[in-house]
Amino acid sequence: MTANLRRRKLFSRFFEILCALAVVIALIPLAMILFYVIKEGAGALSTDFFTKMPKPVGESGGGMANAIVGTLILIGIAALFAVPVGGICGIHLAEYPGTKFSSVVRFAADVLNGVPSIVVGIFAYGILVLPVKRFSAIAGGVALGLLMVPIVVRTTEELIRLVPGGLREGALALGATRSRAVFGVILPAALPGILTGILVALARVAGETAPLLFTAFNNRFWSTNLTQPIASLTVQVFTYAISPYDDWHRQAWAGAFLLVMMILTLSIAARFAVRRLERMNRS
Amino acid sequence: MMMTDLRRRDAAEPAGEDAGVPPRIAAIVARDGWNAAVPAAGPAASSPPTNAHHAQKATMADAKISVSNFDFYYGAAKVLHGINLDIPDRKVTALIGPSGCSKSTFIRSINRMNDIIPDARASGTILVDGKDVYGGDADVVELRRRVGMVFQKSNPFPKSIYDNVAYGLRIGGMRNKRQLDEVVERSLTRAALWHEVKDRLHASALALSGGQQQRLCIARALAVDPDVVLMDEPASALDPIATSKIEELIYELKNNYTIVIVTHNMQQAARVSDRTAFFMLGRIIEYAETNEIFMNPQQKMTEDYVTGRFG
Amino acid sequence: MKRSSDDRKFRIGTGAFAALVLLIVLGIAFELTRQSALSIAKFGLKFWTTSIWDPVSGDFGALPFIWGTLYSSILALLLATPIALGIAIFISELSPRFLRQPLAYLTDLLAAIPSIVYGLWGVFVLVPFVRKLELATPAGMKKIPLFTGPPLGVGMLSAALILAVMVIPFTSSVAREILKNVPSAQREAAYALGATRWEAIKVAIGFGKSGIIGAVMLGFGRALGETMAVTMVIGNSPQVTASLFKPQYTMAAVIANEFTEAADELYLHALIEIGLLLFIITVGVNLLSRMLIWSTKRRVIAPIAAPIVAEEVAA
Repeated sequence: MTANLRRRKLFSRFFEILCALAVVIALIPLAMILFYVIKEGAGALSTDFFTKMPKPVGESGGGMANAIVGTLILIGIAALFAVPVGGICGIHLAEYPGTKFSSVVRFAADVLNGVPSIVVGIFAYGILVLPVKRFSAIAGGVALGLLMVPIVVRTTEELIRLVPGGLREGALALGATRSRAVFGVILPAALPGILTGILVALARVAGETAPLLFTAFNNRFWSTNLTQPIASLTVQVFTYAISPYDDWHRQAWAGAFLLVMMILTLSIAARFAVRRLERMNRS
Repeated sequence: MMMTDLRRRDAAEPAGEDAGVPPRIAAIVARDGWNAAVPAAGPAASSPPTNAHHAQKATMADAKISVSNFDFYYGAAKVLHGINLDIPDRKVTALIGPSGCSKSTFIRSINRMNDIIPDARASGTILVDGKDVYGGDADVVELRRRVGMVFQKSNPFPKSIYDNVAYGLRIGGMRNKRQLDEVVERSLTRAALWHEVKDRLHASALALSGGQQQRLCIARALAVDPDVVLMDEPASALDPIATSKIEELIYELKNNYTIVIVTHNMQQAARVSDRTAFFMLGRIIEYAETNEIFMNPQQKMTEDYVTGRFG
Repeated sequence: MKRSSDDRKFRIGTGAFAALVLLIVLGIAFELTRQSALSIAKFGLKFWTTSIWDPVSGDFGALPFIWGTLYSSILALLLATPIALGIAIFISELSPRFLRQPLAYLTDLLAAIPSIVYGLWGVFVLVPFVRKLELATPAGMKKIPLFTGPPLGVGMLSAALILAVMVIPFTSSVAREILKNVPSAQREAAYALGATRWEAIKVAIGFGKSGIIGAVMLGFGRALGETMAVTMVIGNSPQVTASLFKPQYTMAAVIANEFTEAADELYLHALIEIGLLLFIITVGVNLLSRMLIWSTKRRVIAPIAAPIVAEEVAA
């Protein structure tokens, strides 16, 4: 019996150590990726990178000014599309949580969240590129926006639900209409959290490549025209990465560094914001 | 200051009780410095009762569990203060007291369930069969096998009735089907559940009623053949009929097991237990035969509590 | 009177936007079907079972892509699941409290790194490493079908490794959530019966079993649809082979690579039909996983509509 017990305890210890090992194993690639992105990317980053246009093959130097601006334009369009659609949808789900319609919509948002980004790209291509036979910033922005929608829907719904019920009842008791209560009282209370969620969603879609390949396409030149193809950081990094030129590889790492830094900053900021909100709600 | 002095005196004169001087009840209270903290309770505590049958020697000799100077902390908060208690073998001992008096913490200290809670810390000794459960050589897994526990809310595993009862045996390494069948039947019979479930042993335990689930948890605890069964308000979530079944069961079980039961239902304590300890704010105020506690309490606090003046 | 009519307007107004979300999903399904009509009509079921992919002669069979997608995702699942569950168990059951938040944050960070960055790292760091591994493979071992093929570095092994890393955070964060929701009474019951720590953890896992299977499937769904990183390391060569070393192709990768080159309509429709199948598979896998996760959560907590949002937002 004691031998058996000793065996069981060893067994337990063994598996506990395996679990700890799993954490280490997962953190190795994370550390390696961050290490390489910083090592290869931080060095290649210069003012030229932000201000200059890409140079043709063979000439060294140049930057990704057009791609940086392109990415900003694309996520701008994405936000313009996804924030109202996702936000108001989220409000509806939070205000009428129990209805059949709401559960169907919630289900749809879940489905959309699981659709591969490349498939969403095909959809945007089908409705926005094919009819006009031209790749465009708008098509790319909408593709990114479609990917944002489910995240915005669920963030909004969740955060509105976190607003203390007393606030809503207080407003309704004072004779406010539903829309007054929501837009005047509840939404402002939930807004900091929702904005954080939106920022994180933006950071995430800014890192998307696949849906842009055949919507926004790419553009070697400076363009801010929404109906023309437009460059983006991610597609540019992809193009450079699979090219055979060392100079372009360096540029690709610099682009990756910029993307990762942007996402890290936003997600750390969101982390703190979420924690502060949680503390506020608890007290 | 006074507390420590008294305690030291107690530690220095363990023979005092053998000499037949102050009975243990009074000693405990005095030792805990209750008088100092609550002057109102003064006279009763300081004047030792003279009745001979209050002497504790008989139960001390066959104490299954012997607790001395036991303190317990959650982080910086001290929740049990110098608990001294001898729990007799094959009897039912009830722990009563108002909620928040740490009686649950105490019962969970006996099988070291509190070990799971971070920042929890114990000092003092709890002897089970003369062995200190908090001693360096004590094995908590082994201890919990010998000291079973039934919780306030029934917590069957989402498995079949059979698998629930067999769980403790299986983790202990028993694989023999016939042996398992035997123990499962015996445990369910002892828990007065066999006749209700014998035709559906492989149905989910979650399909049982609340009272049946709790008896299943008792059967599950009995299956590993413990000496002691700790019950932490086992009937508080049950309806009166299910409760009375559990109480009957407890009454039966004491023939074979030492039972410690936490309850905030005083009628229940009075009905099922042989001895009762009254807890208050992490201290034992009084500990005696259940009849004495309810009919003839020595402490004002106890009297107030059992007569329903507070709690 | 006025108030109730205003409330109705509000309900319908916001409902219109909610309906739009529903419409988007239906629209995706509709567009994908419509835009692949030519291919569906011409090849029928043969599309899924044949291996010829010849844009010049207009003959299309998607089997190698389906094979590559399923094979890489299943390999990734086999690699990622034990690690992801180990992480979830460590963080929710074993880790000292002060380490919980940071570890959860760090592992979730794996989900925040863009696919293209994984791909870049894959091309320049992982692939050369895998190539060394392949070169070091003893000749005897190379006779096993799993290890045949030239030591290119790019291929199934690289793809599976990178996919595994990418899905770990999804599986582990959901599994963590599930374990967190297992009532502590379950663990206590096990401990009280003399269970060791691992035995008590097994009880907790048993309690959350269906949710944990859901977490694993969620990871699988992610792996199926993953595009860029895989495209960059799998070698993009349509062939059905069990070899880990040989380059292969996935459904998402072929769409990414060839979509803009698809000169004629049939070619485009064939690619979109692949997209349609990818859509159907991932939606199916995701729904099943959500249902499993949801059913577990419902058992322990009062219905909460969108339980995992916090994780996903934070990631």
